[in-house]
Amino acid sequence: MAELTTWERLPAGGLVEPGSTERPRTGGWRTGLKPDVDLSLCVNCLLCWLHCPDDAVVLDGETFTGFDYDVCKGCEICALTCPTGAIEMVPDE
Amino acid sequence: MSELQLLTGSEAVAHAMRQIDPDVVPVYPITPQTPIIQGFAKFVADGRAHGEVVNVESEHSAMSAAIGSALAGARTITATSSQGLALMAEVVYIAASMRAPIVMAVGNRALSGPINIHCDHSDSMLIRDSGVIQLFVENAQEAYDVMVMAPRIAEHPDVLLPVLVCQDGFTITHSAEPVELLPDEEVARFVGDYRLPQPLLDVRRPTTRGPFAMPDYYYELRRQQTAAMEAALPVLDEVGDEFERLSGRRYGAVERYRLDGARSAIVAMGSTAGTIKDVVDELPGFGLLRIGAFRPFPAERVAAALAGVERVVVLDRADSPGGAPPLYAEVTAALYDSGVELESHVYGLGGRELHPSDIREVLAGHAPDYVGLRSEPCPV
Repeated sequence: MAELTTWERLPAGGLVEPGSTERPRTGGWRTGLKPDVDLSLCVNCLLCWLHCPDDAVVLDGETFTGFDYDVCKGCEICALTCPTGAIEMVPDE
Repeated sequence: MSELQLLTGSEAVAHAMRQIDPDVVPVYPITPQTPIIQGFAKFVADGRAHGEVVNVESEHSAMSAAIGSALAGARTITATSSQGLALMAEVVYIAASMRAPIVMAVGNRALSGPINIHCDHSDSMLIRDSGVIQLFVENAQEAYDVMVMAPRIAEHPDVLLPVLVCQDGFTITHSAEPVELLPDEEVARFVGDYRLPQPLLDVRRPTTRGPFAMPDYYYELRRQQTAAMEAALPVLDEVGDEFERLSGRRYGAVERYRLDGARSAIVAMGSTAGTIKDVVDELPGFGLLRIGAFRPFPAERVAAALAGVERVVVLDRADSPGGAPPLYAEVTAALYDSGVELESHVYGLGGRELHPSDIREVLAGHAPDYVGLRSEPCPV
C-alpha cells in the first residue's frame, strides 16, 4: 500500500491517473483450489485467457505459458472453458 | 448596445443559456422550472443556440448525464425544481464530490407534501450540505445576470463545483419585468471557452473519476469540497467585479440595503427582499441584509454588515421541524457572542404571500414566529 496522502495533496475530486495504484495481490483472496496446467494437452486456443476475469492467464506473445497466482482468485472458469482438459483445479497450499 | 425586454425570470435565464451556448443540456421538465428549458429548447430548435438538449427520463438521470458531460469536457447546464431536485439529490452530492462544474437553474418550489407547486426554499435546503454553491436572486434581471456569472464561478480552477442559480418559483420564474440583456458577443466573451483541467475524453491523458473511497480517503476528499467552497467566495467577488465592469450591475455574497445607521435589520433571501426594500424605504432606522450566497455562507461578511445593529430579524422561507430554520441557524452562528438581539420568523411556505403589512408587523415586533399562518388566538 502506498503511503496515504493529505487532503491538500490529493487531486481534486480524487481523480486517478494511470499507474497510480500499486499492483494489488488480489490472489490472496483465493479460497481452496488453484488452476494447474498440463501443457502437453494444451492446444493454445486461449479460451482460458479470453474468459479469465482477473487477467491471471499469462501469455508469452500469443502462447499460453501458465498462471499468475498473485491475481488468480480460483474461480475455475479457465478449467471449465478448457476444451482439452489441460487445466485442473488442485489444492492451494 | 444592451437591449431592454419584458421577460419572466425563466425567459431571462433561457436567454442567458442561449448566450452562454452550453454544449449539453440534460433536463427533465418540472413546474415551475419548465419554461426555462422550454425557452432554451426553442432557441435550439430555431437555430439560435447549439447545445445538445438531452431529454432524459428523470432528474436523477439529468444530473447523472450532466456529470458525465461536464467531466467529459462539455459545458453543461441543467434546471430543476422541488421534487425534481429531491429525486436528483443523490446525484447532486456526487456531482459536487466529483467536482463537476455544472450550472443549474432552480425555480424554488415547496417540497411535497402536501404536494404544492408554489415557492418556498425547502427544495434548496434539502441539498444544503451537498457541497454545491447556491446563489439566491431577487428578480428576473438578477436571475439573468447571475446565470451569466455562474459558469465562470463553477469552472474556476480553485472551485470546480456545481453552481445553482435559485430563483423563486412563479414570483420570479413566471413574472414579467423589464430585463436588460447584454449583447450576445459580450456574454460569449465574458463566459469564454470551457476549459476543464484533464477532461475525461482527453485520450492522451486518461483518468479515472469518482473512485471508491474507503475510510482511508473519504474524509480527505470531503474536506477538499469545503476548501473549494471557501475558495468560491473570493471567486464570486472577482467575477462580480468583472461583471459590474461589463454591465454596471453588481452582485455579491451579501447585499446591504439601508443598513448605515439602522438599529434593526431584516435578513432574507430571494424575491421577498424586494418587498422588504419597499417597506424599509419608508421606515428610518430599519435596513435589510439580503443573502445572495447561501452556500458558501458568507458568515464573516454577515457579522461585519450587522455589527452596528441592535436587533436582527431573520426571515426563513423554509423550516426545520424540531430544529432552527436554516437561514436563522446560519445567521445565529455568524453573530455568536455579538450581543445582538436575534429573532426568527418562518414565512411563505408553499407559496403563502408575504405582504408589506406583514413585514411592518415583523419590524414592529408584533409578528408571530410563523408569519402569515392562520392560528387560533393565543389563550390569555
